[in-house]
Amino acid sequence: MSTSPSVSVALVGNPNVGKTTLFNQLTGLRQRVANFPGVTVERKTGTLAGASHIEVVDLPGTYSLTPRSLDEQIAYEVLVGRMGKTPDLVICVVDAGNLERNLFVVSQVFDIGLPVVVALNMIDAAEENGLKVDAQALEEDLGVSVVPVVASEGRGMDALIQEIHRTSEPAPPFRWKLIDAVDAEIPPLCEQLAKESPDIEPVHQKMEVLRALAEDEALDALRPQAPMFAKHVEQLREAFASRGIAWRHAEISGRYGWLNPIVNRCVERIREPATLSDRIDSVLTHRIFGPMIFLVILVGIFQAVFSWATPAMDLIEYGISVLVSGIQSILPSGWVADLVTDGVVTGVGNVVVFFPQILLLFFFLGLMEDTGYMARTAFIMDRVMKRVGLSGGSVLPLLSSYACAIPGIMAARTLGNERDRLITIMIAPLMSCSARLPVYTLFIAAFIPAGSFLGIFGYQGLTMFSMYMMGTVMAFIAAAFLRRFIFKGQQSYFMMELPPYRRPRLQQVLVRMLQRTKIFAVRAGKIILVCSIVLWFLASFPVVDSDADRLQVEMQATQERDTQYAEAEALLLGADIDAQMLRDSVVTSDSPLAEAQRIIRNAESDYRARMDSMTIVQQSAQIRGSAVGHLGRALEPVMQPLGFDWKISAGLVSAFAAREVIISTLSIIYSVEETEEGFALRDAISADRYPDGTPVFTPLVAISLLVFFVFALQCMSTLAIARRETNTWRWPTVMWLYMTVLAYIAAFCVYQGGQLLGFT
Amino acid sequence: MTLEDLRPGESGRILGFEPNAMTDRLMEMGMLPGSEVQVVRLAPLGDPMDLKVRGYHLSIRKAEAALIQISKCEP
Repeated sequence: MSTSPSVSVALVGNPNVGKTTLFNQLTGLRQRVANFPGVTVERKTGTLAGASHIEVVDLPGTYSLTPRSLDEQIAYEVLVGRMGKTPDLVICVVDAGNLERNLFVVSQVFDIGLPVVVALNMIDAAEENGLKVDAQALEEDLGVSVVPVVASEGRGMDALIQEIHRTSEPAPPFRWKLIDAVDAEIPPLCEQLAKESPDIEPVHQKMEVLRALAEDEALDALRPQAPMFAKHVEQLREAFASRGIAWRHAEISGRYGWLNPIVNRCVERIREPATLSDRIDSVLTHRIFGPMIFLVILVGIFQAVFSWATPAMDLIEYGISVLVSGIQSILPSGWVADLVTDGVVTGVGNVVVFFPQILLLFFFLGLMEDTGYMARTAFIMDRVMKRVGLSGGSVLPLLSSYACAIPGIMAARTLGNERDRLITIMIAPLMSCSARLPVYTLFIAAFIPAGSFLGIFGYQGLTMFSMYMMGTVMAFIAAAFLRRFIFKGQQSYFMMELPPYRRPRLQQVLVRMLQRTKIFAVRAGKIILVCSIVLWFLASFPVVDSDADRLQVEMQATQERDTQYAEAEALLLGADIDAQMLRDSVVTSDSPLAEAQRIIRNAESDYRARMDSMTIVQQSAQIRGSAVGHLGRALEPVMQPLGFDWKISAGLVSAFAAREVIISTLSIIYSVEETEEGFALRDAISADRYPDGTPVFTPLVAISLLVFFVFALQCMSTLAIARRETNTWRWPTVMWLYMTVLAYIAAFCVYQGGQLLGFT
Repeated sequence: MTLEDLRPGESGRILGFEPNAMTDRLMEMGMLPGSEVQVVRLAPLGDPMDLKVRGYHLSIRKAEAALIQISKCEP
């Protein structure tokens, strides 16, 4: 059997009809997820289970093939063979419970002239809802094979696969009727188009003509190659308009006019419709309970994301430290080993540590999608989002960004409108993510007094809350600004199907969670790796040579240790003893040996402490003398108006790896050991003074720094994923620039304003 | 009257559209002149609307519903 696929099957259908579930059933997990060339529309492919020569492509879910969105454009281009080979077969997935609207796009697929099989999905849900679909009758009316399936349970798969192997005749096209006045004008237009654009295949001519007639964008696309044709179409439109003929909707009316009687004949109502989904909706979108339940669900998700992720994050941190020491023991010490451990492993580890949170968020997002609740969140929140020029669909991506901007930015894919998607991506990093939390915590604990306002609201808590509010409000302002000045043009509209509630299928949710996380890891991974290495070089070069100092400290420490050894030996009346043996042996508590043992043990721990602190001093000297240190000093004049000295500036440079890295960098600069609580660092930064004796860190500097962190885009992973999701460096660059400028201005206002008001 | 004027629970038959960016899309979704539409409920903040058309639920904003002329169906 050949391994390279030679037959391709495309899956087409509306959103929310179980298309992806069916795709997973057909391919198992032998799938690849990539983008269509040049655009950010996802291209999922896999080979058919048990027939590796058949490749299945899952096209984006669309309500129509008339290209009004990127998804529809791509779906159409794949079907007519402008994105590689024309598919050999199209499987149209339709929801048996909502047949008429689902068949609309199917009737468009028929007209492309490809073999078609209709997968009549969710027949179980339709029957529960009191609808019985006569697949046999439908097959006769449509003229193609109709296979009833329940994709979520794998029912009907064998029959469907049989049809995939059997069907090879193109579906009968153009079974529906245009109104006569329009129909009569189509053949001459086809001839004209054929003359000017001979490369359009004859079977696609009529489809192209209809699209050009109805849709300005389709007409404009044809204009350069077929100017006469375009002119004729425009004349015809005017003629129709003057005769009062509804030419623009002729195609849509024609198709529904054909489908409506078919559906009436093939679908029988055997029971009154079930009302469960409606009853759930009357609670979940209730005027009062709806928003409350939404809030409770959100709080629950965030609680789960933070508390469940913590053990896994600790484990990853531990794993990274084990890996680092493992590598250190294998590689000879030197800069190569340092590059691998400090640069690659620790650098990438700073990002990997957030994977548990990212996975959990993807899980909950998937759960909400699968149950149908996601559409309701958009329904509930649209009114709020409309005010800043967005729609309700942006709510979940933005809320996810409070945990991490990466799932938020990726979840923006669910937005149908490209402009809304870009704006959502651009403002998502303004939501205070969990990487900012350690930074907030450190500086608030160190500089904000523990008292409370009116005895209820603690100052520290209030400050923390203000940080989150500031980011959120600014995100909305940025959205309104972007909508008004950058992404101008036609107002976005809101149109969203509210699918019936469904029981979630855990396996589907888990598969999707893993797929999405893998996409992040694979797509952003390279950029993160390169950035980590670059940042390591900046912190490690030029090399600060402090070996001579170390040697001196070592000599001194050894001398002192030896002195103490001598003391211990004296205690034992000059008996020649082995210090190491004595240290490790068990002695009775009141013997002279015990005293000697205590002295030796002290001598050794003193020695170790001195050498450790020397290591910290060396690290500190290294980072002070490195490119990062120099960058910090070079930035100091620029950052001084914000109240930042060169050490903070250097910390900001290194924090580009991930925000929380500023804490470890400052710890190294201040030569303190990094502890879980950060007390040592807290004390060190509070004690730091400029040469003239004024403190480097004042509460005002701390607030200025906090505000800077709220707005600044200090995260290479966000830039990397934004690059992947927008397919250009342009938007990530704009994003980084506007957020950095915003951060600078805000911190400037805080520091300068604060000083004017007399705060320190 | 327009679709916006219907209260939750009321139905209307579409007469026509004041053309806007959404018209084509709405028609593809099955909201054609002659189709019956029911307003099921309003979102908690009063907008958008939850409509029932051709047996499924579709949500659009009132501003867009105001561009759809209907005749009210008597219950």
